[in-house]
Amino acid sequence: MQEEVYQLIDYLHHAVTRPWAVMEVCGGQTHAIASLGLEELLPPGLRLIHGPGCPVCVTSVDLIDRAVELSLRPGVVLCSYGDMMRVPGSRGDLLSAKARGGDVRLMYSPLEAVALAGANPGLDVVFFAVGFETTAPATALAMQQARALGHANFSVLCAHVQVPPALEWLMDQQEGRPDGFLAPGHVCAVTGEEDYGRLAERYRVPMAVTGFEGTDLLRGILMCVRQLESGEHGVRNAYRRYARPEGNAAAKRRMGEVFETEDRHWRGLGLIPGGGMKVRTEWQDMDASVRFDCRACDGAADEASGCMAGQVLRGLLRPVECPHFGSSCTPLAPLGAPMVSGEGACAAYYRYKRS
Amino acid sequence: MFECPVPKSVSDRIQMAHGGGGRLMNDLIRSVFLEAFGFPSGSVQNDSAVLPSPAGRLAVTTDSFVVQPLEFPGGNIGSLAVHGTVNDLAMSGAEPLYLTAGFILEEGLPLDVLNKVVRSMAEAARLAGVRIVTGDTKVVERGKGDGIYINTAGVGAVPHDLEISPSSVRPGDSILLSGDLGRHGMTIMSLRAGLSFGEDLCSDSASLHESVAALIRAGIPVHCLRDVTRGGLTATLSEIAEASGLTVKLDEMSIPVRDDVRAACGLLGLDPLQVACEGRYLAILPGEYEDEALRVMRGCGVSSGACLVGRVEEFRTAPLLMKGRLGVERVLGMPSGMQLPRIC
Repeated sequence: MQEEVYQLIDYLHHAVTRPWAVMEVCGGQTHAIASLGLEELLPPGLRLIHGPGCPVCVTSVDLIDRAVELSLRPGVVLCSYGDMMRVPGSRGDLLSAKARGGDVRLMYSPLEAVALAGANPGLDVVFFAVGFETTAPATALAMQQARALGHANFSVLCAHVQVPPALEWLMDQQEGRPDGFLAPGHVCAVTGEEDYGRLAERYRVPMAVTGFEGTDLLRGILMCVRQLESGEHGVRNAYRRYARPEGNAAAKRRMGEVFETEDRHWRGLGLIPGGGMKVRTEWQDMDASVRFDCRACDGAADEASGCMAGQVLRGLLRPVECPHFGSSCTPLAPLGAPMVSGEGACAAYYRYKRS
Repeated sequence: MFECPVPKSVSDRIQMAHGGGGRLMNDLIRSVFLEAFGFPSGSVQNDSAVLPSPAGRLAVTTDSFVVQPLEFPGGNIGSLAVHGTVNDLAMSGAEPLYLTAGFILEEGLPLDVLNKVVRSMAEAARLAGVRIVTGDTKVVERGKGDGIYINTAGVGAVPHDLEISPSSVRPGDSILLSGDLGRHGMTIMSLRAGLSFGEDLCSDSASLHESVAALIRAGIPVHCLRDVTRGGLTATLSEIAEASGLTVKLDEMSIPVRDDVRAACGLLGLDPLQVACEGRYLAILPGEYEDEALRVMRGCGVSSGACLVGRVEEFRTAPLLMKGRLGVERVLGMPSGMQLPRIC
């Protein structure tokens, strides 16, 4: 890998003639960049800015509060992915709810929650479904499987979000618009490139579908930079081994059968038109928000006072520039989600770049 | 002729009465524990073991084991409870002599599982040359335990005058790692996740005292020893670096991690440098003894994969630094606590 990396860095040094700011959209990419120390090898003038692609970071405080509240109800088991466990809501996180007696279980797949529901007909098993288009197909599959198996005690608290509307929202802002995007490789492996092509055309901004290894990242950056330098704008694919231009038809079909687009409040950013997925009416019997009569989710509750996660998620502020970073905000006592999520930019900086 | 149906033995599972101090408890102690660990001399059971004491300094330690699942490729909670405490003694350069074994059993635990665990303990102790000399059993109600919890305490003789401690670490010291990282942790985590990462992946759980004893016998003035357990290499070295007030500089390219462990970590979103081992240790010693120490360590089966992973320097910027795969230096911070698998 090393040789290829150094060759790509050499190409980049030759390609860059002007300052450019390229946003890596996905938090997984941010972590890979930080752990490899990639930014230190880039030519001066080429800046990477970290985007909003951390699904647990943008999950609204309100939805987390609902999950916490559900977990504390007798007879309810609240299941979710590991990332979600330590993200603070307004009344603590899921791990603290567990310590207070809530039944919270960490799962690797929503299908585990379906199996749990099958084995425990007397319990209400709620899967707190978080993630972009990467994990939404698995949630859809789990709901379809639960219905086929007749597990009426399985439901989903849906927090799924979609990437392209958020990029559109970022490009409509007055400040902080990047010159190019590294599109999230795993999301594109599901959705394909179509939406990204539309955005590239509309905003005249180059994009590169990009993976997570050092060579993947550098190839994506190079594809963006070469377009910028030559005044082009389109979608290039630096992650062809996984992300096909047309995406994954089966995953898209299942996602479309169960979910539909809705406007969603993204934590730290605000209302993103079309930024969320909600459970379709015909699947509402498995929608935990409906089943458990949760109070209305207005998205009003937001970060703890002083948390600047919104600016970090928009790439306006680097984590180390935040006055709370590493002092009043640490992974053990986080003010906001990006400090604890496995894909949060603040967590990446805390882990790899603190001195 | 009529035959009464013979009731299945009352004790194919642990019952509350097994901890009640009566006949059932005595039967359990005799048929399971003493059968495996050996009867005390003269077959007299006292409340405490009375033992000959070695000359010189003693090392004493205790550790509790709560692993789930109870059995895993490469061992079970019993062998782990012996290795863990033997290794804690070994990290003082001590020769392990005696162990105690305290069991908290959950009502309903199948007796054959207990038997298997206890026999593994006995076998691990025999291989390590250490005697399990006293013990205790308690039973908790079903649902209030996790099958078996074991506490082992250990006593060892310290046959050297070295001050093995983070405070002995000096700039210029070499940091040797006894083998590849992460096998135990990933074996357990892949079992819990219901995932298989290949048949070869099994726990590295093992007793390390013979490898350590070989270093000391060879006259190597070891400065610090630490087994790489919870929190992995990162937590272990952070602790040492912080306590010594110096900087430890690692080279990522020299740290051995097997491909299957790396792949499993990648899939679950974990850092192999933060994953627990149960049969690996770090030896920190003066740079001029590095070659000799590596030769000695590689001569012992448990540390045949020993290698140099870094050096100690005067303090600069952070306690633990690592030169990454692309040559860029970065900070390694103390892990915050439990590693949580990520979404995607």
